[in-house]
Amino acid sequence: MAAACFLCRSAASLAVLLLLSFRSLAASQLEDQAEQFFRSGHTNNWAVLVCTSRFWFNYRHVANTLSVYRSVKRLGIPDSHIVLMLADDMACNPRNPKPATVFSHKNMELNVYGDDVEVDYRSYEVTVENFLRVLTGRIPSSTPRSKRLLSDDRSNILIYMTGHGGNGFLKFQDSEEITNIELADAFEQMWQKRRYNELLFIIDTCQGASMYERFYSPNIMALASSQVGEDSLSHQPDPAVGVHLMDRYTFYVLEFLEEINPASETSMYDLFQVCPKSLCVSTPGHRTDLFQRDPKNVLITDFFGSVRKVEITTETVSLQEDSEIMESSYTEDRMDEDLMEPLKYAEQLPVAQIIHQKPKLKDWHPPGGFILGLWALIIMVFFKTYGIKHMKFIF
Amino acid sequence: MAAAVPLGLLVLLLLGPVDWGHAEPPRDSLREELVITPLPSGDVAATFQFRTRWDSELQREGVSHYRLFPKALGQLISKYSLRELHLSFTQGFWRTRYWGPPFLQAPSGAELWVWFQDTVTDVDKSWKELSNVLSGIFCASLNFIDSTNTVTPTASFKPLGLANDTDHYFLRYAVLPREVVCTENLTPWKKLLPCSSKAGLSVLLKADRLFHTSYHSQAVHIRPVCRNARCTSISWELRQTLSVVFDAFITGQGKKDWSLFRMFSRTLTEPCPLASESRVYVDITSCNQDNETLEVNPPPTTTYQDIILGTQKTYAVYDLLDTALINNSRNFNLQLKWKRPPENGYIHYEPAQDRRQPHLLEMLIQLPANSVTKVSIQFERALLKWTEYTPDPNHGFYVSPSVLSALVPSVVAAKPVDWEGSPLFNTLFPVSDGSSYFLRLYTEPLLVNLPTPDFSMPYNVICLTCTVVAVCYGSFYNLLTRTFHIEEPRTGGLAKRLANLIRRARGVPPL
Repeated sequence: MAAACFLCRSAASLAVLLLLSFRSLAASQLEDQAEQFFRSGHTNNWAVLVCTSRFWFNYRHVANTLSVYRSVKRLGIPDSHIVLMLADDMACNPRNPKPATVFSHKNMELNVYGDDVEVDYRSYEVTVENFLRVLTGRIPSSTPRSKRLLSDDRSNILIYMTGHGGNGFLKFQDSEEITNIELADAFEQMWQKRRYNELLFIIDTCQGASMYERFYSPNIMALASSQVGEDSLSHQPDPAVGVHLMDRYTFYVLEFLEEINPASETSMYDLFQVCPKSLCVSTPGHRTDLFQRDPKNVLITDFFGSVRKVEITTETVSLQEDSEIMESSYTEDRMDEDLMEPLKYAEQLPVAQIIHQKPKLKDWHPPGGFILGLWALIIMVFFKTYGIKHMKFIF
Repeated sequence: MAAAVPLGLLVLLLLGPVDWGHAEPPRDSLREELVITPLPSGDVAATFQFRTRWDSELQREGVSHYRLFPKALGQLISKYSLRELHLSFTQGFWRTRYWGPPFLQAPSGAELWVWFQDTVTDVDKSWKELSNVLSGIFCASLNFIDSTNTVTPTASFKPLGLANDTDHYFLRYAVLPREVVCTENLTPWKKLLPCSSKAGLSVLLKADRLFHTSYHSQAVHIRPVCRNARCTSISWELRQTLSVVFDAFITGQGKKDWSLFRMFSRTLTEPCPLASESRVYVDITSCNQDNETLEVNPPPTTTYQDIILGTQKTYAVYDLLDTALINNSRNFNLQLKWKRPPENGYIHYEPAQDRRQPHLLEMLIQLPANSVTKVSIQFERALLKWTEYTPDPNHGFYVSPSVLSALVPSVVAAKPVDWEGSPLFNTLFPVSDGSSYFLRLYTEPLLVNLPTPDFSMPYNVICLTCTVVAVCYGSFYNLLTRTFHIEEPRTGGLAKRLANLIRRARGVPPL
């Protein structure tokens, strides 16, 4: 009896122990999951937004890109981390009935151009070469900072492209194309150079899914507005502006993003559900096999928003005054005032001086290698033919 | 941690200037002004100028403290050893014929001209790098400036600032006429202003109004100027100018009345706190013209008169730093109204209806003395139906002459005539009062060449069609309906022919 009791008691305690351990295991698993949900490993966000179409009837592509620009800025990515490429100017186009505006909805509700836009590459600068240089970082040294993608291995990059495309290519400005193989190679270069942590690629063109078929680098998630063989359609025209204002896919993506704020926890999985076939007419596609994390765990703000890790400190830092430097420079000015003679302004049109000025002689440069070589050859041939004895007549 | 340290540094730097304890006057100052000029064509031109003057010699000091002068431009001056920089972005063209002479015109597109200091060794390399940096600052495609569109003028574009000698080797000039100006160029331009677009005159700079104009030009000018009257040391002057011309029909809906609210959709509320001077000037030189008087509301307290661009001009001055101006209404909306006396004119116009009635236009006009008035009507020439043409259509069609009925003032007053007593030539028109006499004049009739069709074409078409039909259809018809049978050549003598005759009668094939 006692043994049975002891047994049952031990069994009970064992059961309790097991139950407790299971519960703690489950709790720690939950904790891990929760932590993983909030931690993606990136420290900064970049966005490269490209509109590749020129001409007034492609207004909707510029509106697409500007809507994404607007959402991305609203969710926290600053202009210095956005590379915006617009192949044509729609806002100040002479055909725009409302200058300095680009609308996304037919009642002219939302001006996506705004008052604070900074376009980095515009008009003729949007070429395949410049786009690939921006991505891979092989940019001429004179390029200003605002035109560079200065990402590192902890950056999450959002790349959005829109325009006219086909099976395996995207058209740039009606004069050149970029193929899906080139794009995939560019992303591989970025991976090799550790230029991204995770990359989200969105494309809104006809047959957009063909552009992400060839990707082979890790940590890339891709979304497209239509499958191979399907066309992406535009949303609605506006009678005042006279052209279609937005593409369907980006219109519904914009509607979806307007609900997001920097603190929201909507995941990428919800973005995949945006614009089903009934609304979009084409079938949006996505590709996540190269991506490490489950899309259900990836926050929208991981790519569209901006992460800022701030640590507050209560220590004080004391700075040294550099007032001595200021003072010395000021007195230096005053000393020199009395020494110099008065300066004067130049005469804007000194007719007498202009008439009598001699044309500037170009600087004399010594003859180059080719000319020297040619003369040497001529002289050598001369002396070979007529013999060295003629030298004394020359020198 | 790394983010917190700069945060802490920033906080202390902000407190820093207060703690120094040296009462130094600020070495830079800002003046802002807006000039509103009603133009003879009914449009209105607005010119903004923001001038920051910095009493510092950038070349010698290693400057690290920027207050009003923007750091982006200050670093450019020291890094590329600039003496002067002039950059402008323009959309449209200044129509001098209708608008009068401009203060400062700029070419359509982007224009950049720079004087480098004579310490620069490779001017072309500095020029290329400078245009790239500026393209990043102003979001424009200035990086397309290269040797194919850069020139070195030898006689013009002398420096606008202080200059000892002018060796044109250090000057470079380029224009990009294809450059578009839009909000993305205005945004960084506004960010260079000390008060940005938050206070002072820069609150009026809203893109959706500024680009809805006939002419928009924004520019940045940097040059060295005299610091004082003796001119022994230099100060750097940065001028940011913006000129726009608002069209009377697009913005004003055809009326010539203007106000700050109608032009910019905003009013002024306060001057820029960092500005030492903040003024609005209104050109009231043409206050009385053509029976119209210009009324400016609120009435100006001071006026400024000077000879500008060769003519005497008067300006009404509004000083935003004067507290009495904005005090009562909390905002300052300048209004310009044109008052004209009631017109006594009359116009009657009946448009034509095809094949029913002609155009009729009757106008009563008062002609000012010693003037020329031209009345012109535009018309389009239409195509008539082919039966409505006269047999000689190439002669043209006549438009009836216009009639001018005029009351001409007499030099000498006439007395009323006696119809029966005076000669017949004096009693053609009844005279009501002797101060003027009636006259009816006619213009020449107008002979208009209407587009005439080629009347020989129906004949040509019929001939051609019939030929084609005959050849094609006829051939097809023959091919389809004609049968062919082979016929042997007729050889052999009479006997053979007789034998064949008999064979044919029997129904047997011939020999």
